[in-house]
Parts: sequence; C-alpha cells; structure tokens
Amino acid sequence: MTSPTTMGKLTFDAVSPGVGLKAALAQPAAAVLDRIAASGLRGRGGAGFPTSVKWSMAAEADEADKYVVCNADEGEPGTFKDRVILSEFADLVFEGMTIAARVIAARKGIVYLRAEYSYLRRHLESALASRREEGLLGKRIGGKEGFDFDIEIHMGSGSYVCGEETALIESLEGHRGEPRNRPPFPIDTGYLGHPTIVNNVETFAWVVCILEKGAEWFKSHGTVKSTGHKLFSVSGDCSRPGVYEFPMGITVAELLEEVGGQGAKAVQVGGASGQCVPASQSDRTIAYEDVPTGGSIIIFGPKRDMLEVARNFLEFFVDESCGQCTPCREGVPKLLEGVQMLQQGACSMAYLKELCSLGETMRLASKCGLGQSAPNAFVSIARDFQDEILGRTGFGRRNGSDG
Amino acid sequence: MLLTERERLREELIALADQFGRQRSSLMPILQEVERRHFRISEYCMQVIADLLDLHPVEVHSVVSFYSFLDESPRGQFVIRLCRTITCEMAGKDHVARQLENDLGITFGQTTPDGKFTLQWANCLGMCDQGPALLVNDQIFTRVTPERVHGILQECRQTFGVHAVAGAKER
Repeated sequence: MTSPTTMGKLTFDAVSPGVGLKAALAQPAAAVLDRIAASGLRGRGGAGFPTSVKWSMAAEADEADKYVVCNADEGEPGTFKDRVILSEFADLVFEGMTIAARVIAARKGIVYLRAEYSYLRRHLESALASRREEGLLGKRIGGKEGFDFDIEIHMGSGSYVCGEETALIESLEGHRGEPRNRPPFPIDTGYLGHPTIVNNVETFAWVVCILEKGAEWFKSHGTVKSTGHKLFSVSGDCSRPGVYEFPMGITVAELLEEVGGQGAKAVQVGGASGQCVPASQSDRTIAYEDVPTGGSIIIFGPKRDMLEVARNFLEFFVDESCGQCTPCREGVPKLLEGVQMLQQGACSMAYLKELCSLGETMRLASKCGLGQSAPNAFVSIARDFQDEILGRTGFGRRNGSDG
Repeated sequence: MLLTERERLREELIALADQFGRQRSSLMPILQEVERRHFRISEYCMQVIADLLDLHPVEVHSVVSFYSFLDESPRGQFVIRLCRTITCEMAGKDHVARQLENDLGITFGQTTPDGKFTLQWANCLGMCDQGPALLVNDQIFTRVTPERVHGILQECRQTFGVHAVAGAKER
C-alpha cells in the first residue's frame, strides 16, 4: 500500500477484528448504544457530533431500509489519516460499520471513497471479500438470525464538498455534489430518502475499540467534552511528519514538541477550513471546545509568508465551492482578491475590516460548512499577523527582504 | 463519428446500464466507467445515457461538468494531477510543475498533441507528509523532484496501451 507514515504505537494496532463485533452481537442493540453514549465518542471527521445521538435517532426511525455510510472522502488539506486507516486497519472500519448496522438495523452499507484514493479500492474489496468468507458480512452475520448486512464501495469523482454529508448523499444518488438544506437530516431523510447515518472512517474504527476495551477506558483519556484519543495528520515544517495518535485536549505546544516542530510561527489546526493558531497562543488545546480538528495539523516555520498561506487556501475554496449559494460563491473570490491586494501592498485598513466583515457574513449566511468555514483562515491571519501583511512594498515582498 | 462507431458505443452503453442498473444512482458508476475506457464523456454518450436512465441530457451534463475527474473534452491516456495544496506547495511543487510543463511542452489544463498526457492541478491528494505528490491515473508518486519528472513520463510512455496502472505502488 502506502509507505508507513504512522508514528509510534496506535491503539488500532492492538485491537483485533472480530472481538468488538462479537461483543456487539452478545448484547441487545440498545446496550451497544448505551456503551457508545457512555464513552462520549464524537464524530472524528471534525464536526464533533455525538455518535450515539446520531445512531439512536436513526435507530428510532421506523423504516425497513436504512443505510450506514462511511465518509472516506478525505479531502481537507493536510488530512491523510483516513488513507492510513483504510490502508492498515480496513477491517476495523468495516467492523464498525457492521456494528452500526446492528444498532440502527440497517441492511446496507456504503463506503464513499474519494477518487484520489482509487488505488486503495482493490485492497478494500479484498478485505470485504474475506469478511464475507468469514461470515462477518452477508446473511446471518455471526450466526445471528435476521442480521443481514453487506458493504459496497462507491467511488467519488474528485469533489471536496462531497465530504459534507448531504452533498455526499446527493453524489451517491447520482447528482451534483450540492449540499442540501438541513433539516431534514440524513438520519430521517438520507440516501434515497431513507434513514442514513454518515460517519467518518476513524469514528467507525473507534467504535470497535470502545466495544472491546470499554467506555470507561475510552473516557479516561481526553477532556470532559472531548473524550478519547484521536489520530492527527501532521505535515509542514517539522522534523517528523506523519500520522500520530494523541489524547484530545493536547495543547498546540505539546503537539509541536512531539512532532519536532518547535519554533513554528503558526499552526493551522483543522485544515483550510480550520483556524490558524499563532505561536503566541500555543497553550490552546486541540479539542471540540477550543480548537477543533478533523485531524489536520499543518505547521508553518518562521520563514513562511502567511499571505501565501491565505492565498493557497482561498484558491482551494474558489476551486471547490459548489457555487450553489451566493455568500460562498461570491465571497471566496472577493477574499482572494483581497489577499492579492495585500500582496501588492494596496489594501487599506478600512478595506481589510470590510473583508473581515464579509467573512462574518459568509460564516452566518452560507448554506453548508464549506462556505461557513472558508473565511476562517483569512480572518485569523488578518487578525493575528497584521504586522506581517500590511503595508507591503514591491510585489508580494516585505520591505528589504524576499518574504 | 461513423454510424457504425455510434452504434458500437450505444451498445456498449446499454451493456453498462444493464450492468449497473437503470436508476439514477447508477449514473456516477456508468460515467466513471465511460471516462476510464474512452478518456472523455462525449455529448453523444451523455445523450444515450440520459435516454437509458430516463433523464434529461442536461441532468447528465450537469453531473459531468461538476466533478473534476469527469471530462467532456478528450483528455490524454495519462492524466497527471499535481497536488497544489499548501504542504505540497511548501515542499516545492512549483518546480515540479515547471519541469512537467517543460518536458511535456504543454501548460496545465492542456493535453499533448499525441493524446498521451493531460496535465492538471489537483487539490490535496492526502500525501501531505510526503509532498510534492502527483497522481498518474490511479498511481501515486510522492516526494517528486524536478529530476524525477522525466523518469515518470518515460515510464508512462513505455506502458502504452495500458492506460490504468493497476494496484497501488508507491515510489
């Protein structure tokens, strides 16, 4: 597969597939749900919605056709932990999906795999085939009468916004990946109008760990509101980039120490849609209640030009905005234009404030998470790096240096 | 297009519709397969697929134009997608891009006259710890340097006829 990029031991290394599913089959579905609720597990894709709440709402829906969807459309800049999980721990993901199917009484699972990871498909198909042979997928799973569930892989076609759950469902149904209005939520009106849960790759893997090791074990790590461990994809200016497992609530400074990124000027937590944390705030914690992340950590060394960072992220959003709603479609190019003005040293303070207020409008008025979070990086750089971005002379250069 | 060619294509699309099922949710898998075989999805294909799935052709076109891995105009046998996202940029993707343009004689968004290569930008390929990264069809190359570009292209040229390199191999 891919070259090993995991740094240090992961919990997933020591979890053997089969045990979690056995535990889930040995107790009623409600008890499994209670256990996940007790662990406090929240969605590992970044939004942090409590997994047990999503699952219990889907479980309550009274319909014959329900779906379990695994969101493997990992497109957030700086995130690659799902690639590693799918390469090395695919069994845990499929097992987590099977447990989810047991909890909500679904018969069909779908992995939405991004086109950029199509080289993983063969490996995933063979993992599915061996699970079918072992009776862990298909009819009467684990010998349990009436528990039928199978998983198929559906390929994406290169679209970041399809990582948004309703856009993902639209794409599965054969439409453009344009997010839907919510409510109704996928848990009652999802794939083909049926109750559907959409969870991140990592979330499913943690469910298996919780069933094997217990909710108490999971809860004993992390913070009160953000329990457990999480995988982080670390890249940028550090000596040891790769995938790490850290407890939630780790501070930015501690993380930098672990990965060899000391002396960084700023850390982008949560990818292009996340926040840029300057060195002066490195005591902030990475958790849902402070700086949340789906796992992306990008480190910027002292020599990096933060305007270039903002430009790169905004070009990304210009490209990936679905164009459906006005604040996002029109706002993102306007912010990018602002960055270009700053690079030319042609942006007044009044206009910069105007742009930040446009960012606020986008945050409030955009239809989906993409538009709501697209201005984040720009706004935090405009706020925390004013000494660096204002009054530039020459094209894209700071006074007397090449930036 | 010759009438016989059209008929052959039509039969091929009917077979695909039967394989994946004639419902809307089969649209993406059908389009992906057409793209893989023919390096494009022509207007004629969109029309036939629309008829088979009982959709308006505009619906099919709206899907094809939305996704970056689906092409209306012909692309090359090998699509080279260079990651332009932040960490690959920090790792020096601009130099790789320049060398790709030099060695192929085209700029980003273009296809070589012999129909072999198309050069495109990609957004985050998920190889941020090993950048700069590029995809050639479904094969990933990491830590690409300008010096390695020539070798990668040569390797593609030598595998003519086989456009999709099966399996995941990393160099």
